[in-house]
Amino acid sequence: MSEFLLILDRGLDILSIAAMVAGVVFVLAGAIGVMRLPDFYTRMHAAGVTDTLGAELIMLGLILQAGWSALSLKLALIGLFIFLTSPTATHAVANAAYRAGLKPLLKRYAPDSEKDGGKA
Amino acid sequence: MPIVDFFVAGALAIAMAIMLARLFIGPTLYDRVLALNSFGTKTVLFLVVFALMVNRADAIDIAILYALLNFISTIAILKFFRYRSLEVALTRMERGEIAKKQAEEEQKT
Repeated sequence: MSEFLLILDRGLDILSIAAMVAGVVFVLAGAIGVMRLPDFYTRMHAAGVTDTLGAELIMLGLILQAGWSALSLKLALIGLFIFLTSPTATHAVANAAYRAGLKPLLKRYAPDSEKDGGKA
Repeated sequence: MPIVDFFVAGALAIAMAIMLARLFIGPTLYDRVLALNSFGTKTVLFLVVFALMVNRADAIDIAILYALLNFISTIAILKFFRYRSLEVALTRMERGEIAKKQAEEEQKT
């Protein structure tokens, strides 16, 4: 019986490490996307999409580490808040930018392609 | 497990530094707002991971508070830059009521 519990514990550890590493990869990808992408709307996509998934995966890994406790409940609450508010905030920023008249970059490398009539 | 927490906290710190750079160089205002919001989310994650790393579970309450505050502040910043004021009503019904009150006050004077 104790061997089974040990294996279960080890499995939970591995699952939590995998979730946290995947979450960190998503968070870093979002940060690099925000730095590298050419246009406000593409940056918003990188930040919004990867932040939500990365945060949720890190929270999941921490919950698996914490087990059944009040700590775990608080972590789940934070995860729920982030899951609800992050897409809402991203949508609000995008809506505000669009209403303010910020144009999306439609062509690839717009300043050059405008010279040759937008064919490129 | 503390080793994993350490690596996660380090990666989150790097992501926060990148977000700060975008916050300072962002060409438009909305880039800055987006970077601020994303920075706030990463701050919440960093607080949680750091609290579990040093075994101070109390700090997670602060992370909950910060998650709520971050969302409210983003919406407030956007509203301010849209209307140049925080007093403007957001729904059409409230706007109608405010306009009605203003018209009544103007009739009185």
